[in-house]
This record gives sequence, structure tokens and C-alpha cells, in this order.
Amino acid sequence: MQALEKFQKNTREWLQANCPESMRTAMVADEVVWGGRNARFKNPDSKLWLERMAARGWTCPTWPAEYGGGGLNKEEAIILNQELRRINARPALTSFGISMLGPVLLESGSVDQIMEHIPKIVAGEIRWCQGYSEPGSGSDLASLSTRAELHGDTYTINGSKVWTSYADQADWIFCLVRTDFEVPKHAGISFILFDMASPGITTKPIQLISGGSPFCETFFDDVKVPQRNLVGRLNEGWSIAKRLLQHERTMISSFGLSSGQSDRGGTTTSNLASVEAAAMHYRGDSDRLSDAVLRDRIAQFKIDSAAFAYTSQRSIEESKQGQGPNATSSMLKNYGCELNKRRYELLMQALGSQGLGWEGDGFNSDELQVTREWLRSKANSIEGGTSEIQLNVIAKRVLGLPDIMSMSKQQGSK
Amino acid sequence: MALVLNEDQLLLKDSAQSFCQQLAPVSVLRRLRDSNDETGFDQAIWTQMVDLGWAGMAIPEAYGGYGFGYGGLGVVLEETGRTLVSSPLISTVLLAATAINELGSEQQKQELLPKIVAGELLVALALDENSSHAPSRIHTSAERSGDGFILNGAKTFVLDGHVAQKLIVVARSSGEIDSKQGIGLFLVDATLEGIAINRTHMVDSRNSAKIEFSQVEVGADALLGEADGGFDGLDRVLDIARIGLAAEMLGSIQEVFERILDFLKTREQFGILIGSFQGLQHRAATMYSEIELCKSVVRAALAGLDDPAKSREDIAELASIAKAKLSEVFFEVSNEGIQMHGGIGMTDEFDIGFFLKRARVAQQFLGDASFHRDRYASLNNF
Repeated sequence: MQALEKFQKNTREWLQANCPESMRTAMVADEVVWGGRNARFKNPDSKLWLERMAARGWTCPTWPAEYGGGGLNKEEAIILNQELRRINARPALTSFGISMLGPVLLESGSVDQIMEHIPKIVAGEIRWCQGYSEPGSGSDLASLSTRAELHGDTYTINGSKVWTSYADQADWIFCLVRTDFEVPKHAGISFILFDMASPGITTKPIQLISGGSPFCETFFDDVKVPQRNLVGRLNEGWSIAKRLLQHERTMISSFGLSSGQSDRGGTTTSNLASVEAAAMHYRGDSDRLSDAVLRDRIAQFKIDSAAFAYTSQRSIEESKQGQGPNATSSMLKNYGCELNKRRYELLMQALGSQGLGWEGDGFNSDELQVTREWLRSKANSIEGGTSEIQLNVIAKRVLGLPDIMSMSKQQGSK
Repeated sequence: MALVLNEDQLLLKDSAQSFCQQLAPVSVLRRLRDSNDETGFDQAIWTQMVDLGWAGMAIPEAYGGYGFGYGGLGVVLEETGRTLVSSPLISTVLLAATAINELGSEQQKQELLPKIVAGELLVALALDENSSHAPSRIHTSAERSGDGFILNGAKTFVLDGHVAQKLIVVARSSGEIDSKQGIGLFLVDATLEGIAINRTHMVDSRNSAKIEFSQVEVGADALLGEADGGFDGLDRVLDIARIGLAAEMLGSIQEVFERILDFLKTREQFGILIGSFQGLQHRAATMYSEIELCKSVVRAALAGLDDPAKSREDIAELASIAKAKLSEVFFEVSNEGIQMHGGIGMTDEFDIGFFLKRARVAQQFLGDASFHRDRYASLNNF
């Protein structure tokens, strides 16, 4: 206990001395730090903040110190998180390397792979993207057909991926490829890493209903990848793929936790951060929201949000040290996404016609941002496995209900 | 805040679980109902619960209790919820003992709490006057007369009011209806002249009463706390009881859900288990998610009650979160309990109906979901 108190005291002092003032304000959408070879720092303080946090390994607090991580135990990591929240610190680094690839690489990667990639993820030197979905393989992810053929000690990769988040800005990709077409679909998939600068890769951003283009189509045409970049055993990539999805779902579930910032779900700032404040502001109400129905719905939303936050906290308390996410990650993902969507629908209702602007005069930037984020939030219950797939996972893996499709498609579901 | 049970609480949970399953299963409630039992609970079972220390779980040791905190009482209530145990645990322990412990004078506590712990005294809270919970909507009057008061008015939904030896009557000595000023709590013998008690048979087979007070004379020593500034204290007591009730509801909800799952895994139609149908799987998975949230809010609220750092406002918010959420989910899950069992769920012979009936009473008692959403919004200034 004493050691933890000391850790808390030291952490608080270090943050006080090292977290720049401007990093203690709500995150702004275009100041999110993704790192990578072409890292952009719109606010110079965010570069300083990243360097200082990365030097202590605190961009990845629980990863082993020998690979550049923070080496903290669970209790220490909780304290660090509390102290960061206490000063409203922005995340120093946001990346799929941290939230998705890193944890599974530490579990399943070779020592060489860990030594090569983990320190660069911690430092934000390499930005990763995720090569999972394909045009014909969405919820039925395991039916994927991008192929990797071994010639000598080099794989040749051909095929295409879709919904690859930020593929056009990423340095490396972790990718699911088919390495055996003769066996049942789950048994012929491998998990492989390669450089997005390799010859034969093209990316094409997809414009979404929100007007933004966070996702890409990604094409592979005779891309050469060294055999040593295969993670785990040949044709055993599906178990790694599923494990990574649990990490992804845990990340996405955090969208439901608060209005602060998120790496894929958008941001809210100013007086629009709270739905009730916005609703009262636009109606000119001073002490009580005049729309009784909206008031009730907002209260219900906030109660569910509080209950969800307690559940996320309980899930952390219940998980054992180093165990990582489990089957409840599907429950948290599903609920968190639905909550986030509810939040944006309520915000739209709160803003009335001021939430319906697309561009130009007549709307301030916060209002226009809400409109776009509302549209973007619709993807929350599709990406990382649809809500329907999460309910399937809960029904089978948590509740133990019988699987009518076990012999066919369903187990391959993303 | 600890959202997982500690070792003591886990042991308590085990012992409470085996007691309820073995000695106080749902069949006891059925027997009480079918025999139209006069007390509405099984005295022998209540005596055993008292022997286990359940009546003194949250009462300080100075007054004969066991100082196990509300976390301990919550664990017990959750298990009693699983088998729908009908006992004075809610009326006398959760409500009345809490009121005496929170608001009573040293003398009142010394005199009454040990008797409650020993199972020798039953006390009921006479609060509601309308068909929906509104704790400041008090007509019942307490008129000063000499050193004491004269009570006049009518109460409804007084849990265990027909068997209690004493009543805690919420009455108004000044102020308009709905005003939070001018409200006091009076502890009176149920046998006083002018008190007319009518047992009401509720749908959940537990017992309540409608009680009329006509020119009931009580002494100044009947006051529990202040004569006209008692509302805040009452509200604090109600919040503790709301959280305890939410714990009981959590047990019932989990029991219904487990019975649904068992049925989905054993019932066959079209030659296969019905639990393999996606239409039912998704509803089960949705219920599971909501129940996980329920567990978290109940644990958070119980832990909040035992945490001296929590403010009055924190507790009020936790209580409304818990009672709103549990009321909503108990409503849904109890309905699904009938629907997913199909025809057998509609039969009296099958137990699931008892849970539906209990759900509606528990939802209504101490404020339903919309009452608590409204209260939550007000607490958060919107």
C-alpha cells in the first residue's frame, strides 16, 4: 500500500512538472497525435508531451519495460490513469499499435518481432493500420480471400481490403491473409505484418456519409513480404485475429464512457459536451429543461452511462493482472457503441435545426461538427464487429447457448 | 470504490444463498399465499434469519448490531430476492431500523434497535398517501397539543403495516402540501386509540396495509428527529432503503434470467433446442448486458453507503441511478420471463409468475423508474 501511495505522489509530481498546460484541455479533433513517419503536430506542445510520456514508457503503461513500455502493474496503471484524468490530460499518443497490435504481438510474436516493433509503437514512430475486412468478407470475416503464397522465403500477397482505417496515412499494416485454400475457412488464415511503402500497395480513401474519409480501400498487387513477418504459426492466424478483436472491442467500448475524446468516434467540445447543457442552452431554459420528454430521455441516457462506467470499472477490477480483455469485451463494445449513438441522437434533438447544418454560414463550428459526428457515430455499431455479431458472441461464449450454425458460416463471424 | 465483493461478503453470500435455497425457497411464498397466512411471512424462517444476524447486519455494534455495513445487508437482500423471501427484512430492518438509527435519539436507539436485532420488534413505515410515491406529498397532520401531537390522516402501501407493533408515521405539522418543510416522523404504538389498520393483499403475496389515523394522541417523545424539519432525514433513510431494495431486485432479476437460460437450453421445438434461435439469443444477450449494468450500479451504491467520504448528494444520485435502472430492467426481464417460457409461463403452477408479480410491486415501492429519472435530472440541475 505504501509503495502505491509513493507511486501516486511521484506520478502526480511528475505530471505537474511535465504535462504542458495546453495538454490539460479537452482534445481538439485535429490535434490528436497518431505518430508515425509523417507525424504531424499541429500544437508543438503535443510533440513535447509525446516525447516525455514515451521516454517513461507511459504511452503503453503496462507493457514490459525491456521493450520500452512503462512496466507498471495493474494497480499502478490505474493510479496513472486516475492522475491523468485528474488534470484532464490528453492522450499523448493514439494508435492502433497501442490499442490493437501491441497486446497480441506481446502474446504471440517472436522475440525478434517484439524487439523490432514494440519500441516503435511505444515511441509513436510507426503508425499501424488493420487489414481485416474485405469486399466479400464483412461480418463473415473468416471467408477472406486475400492470398499469400510462399516462394523461397518470401510471401507474395494479392487481393484487397476495405474499411482499412487511415491506410493512406499508415506506415505498416497487420493483415489477415489466406495461406491455405483447401481447408475449412478458419484453418487457412495467417496473420502477417508488412510495410505499407512496399511496391504494389495502393490505397483509396472512401468518402462516408459524414463527408469524412477515415477509411480506405487497400489493394495488394504482388506485394513481397519476408517470411519472418508471419506472426505465430502458419494457418493459425484466426486465433490471433480473434484475440486482437477483443482488444479492438475494448477500445471501441470506451466511446461510451465519456464525451472527452476518442480515436475513432469523434470529439465534442465546448458547451455541447453535455447533452443537457446543450438542450437547455438552445431552449433558453435556466434551471429546468422545458421539454419534459427530452429531459426524461437525457436522464435515462445519463443513468445508463453512469451504469456503463461502473461496469467498465468493475470489469477492470475483476480481470486478473495481465489477463487482458475477455468475452465481456463484446458486451462492453456493444453497449458502449449504442450509448455513443444515443448520445449523438440526443445532441441532435437538443440542437434542433442548429444541428442540421452541413456547411457555411448560419452555424458555428461546434454545431457543424456535431452534425458530422452524429453521422460518423453510426459506424460505431458496425466497425469492430456489428452489434448483431457482438450479441451472437455473448449468446454463445458467455451464456453458452447452443450454436445452430457451428458447422458452417457463423463461427467465422467477425 | 470496490465494485467486487470482499472475502467476508463472499462468505456471507454463500451462507445466505444456501439458507434461502434450502430453507426459504419460492415454495414457501406459495404456501403462505395459498394458506392465506395471517402474518404474510413464515415466523420460523424469520427467527432463523434473525439467528443468522441478518436483522442486525447494518446496525452499529453499540446497539446490538453486527456492524457489517450496508454492503453486508445488500448481499443478504440479493439472495432473499432470488427466492422471493417474504420477511420483515425490508419493512423493519431496511426501513424502520435505518430510520431509528439515522434519526433517533440516543435513548430511542438504545431502547429499540437491540429489540429489532433480536427479532422481538416489528416496525413499519407509514409514508405514502397516494398511489404513486411522492414523499413530500403529505396531508396527514400532526397538530401540536399540549406537550404532544394529535395525528389525523390516512396512509397506504404500508409494508407489513398489519403485523407491526410500532409505526413510523410521516406527518405534517406545518406548510403546504408538497412542501418539504413542516414534515416530521412519529414513532407510535400500532395499538393506540384512533388507529385503524386494514390489511391489503398485494399481487406479490407480500402484505401491506391501509391505515387511518383519527385524533391519535401521541407524546412529544414519539418524535423521531425534528417535528417540522424531518424531510432531509427521511429522504436519507429512503435512499438507503432504495439501494437495499435495488439489491433485492438484483437477486430476483438474476434468478429470472437464469431460469430463462435453463429453459432455452432444455426446451426443444422443431427438433432443436429453442436456445439456438437467433431471435431468442439476441434478446438473452441484451438482457445479460443490462443485468451486468445492474450488478455494477448496485455494488457501487452499496459501497457508497459504506464510504464515509460520500456526500449526501452522492448517495441521493446513486440511489436514484440504482432504483431507476433496476426498476427498468426488472420490468423487462420479468416480462421476458413469461414470454420466453411460453404457455407454461402463464400457469400458476410454474414459479415464474411470482417474479413478475414481485417485479411490479418492487418497481413501484419507494419510487418507480420515472420518479427516479425525474429526481436524477433535478439533482443534476436540468
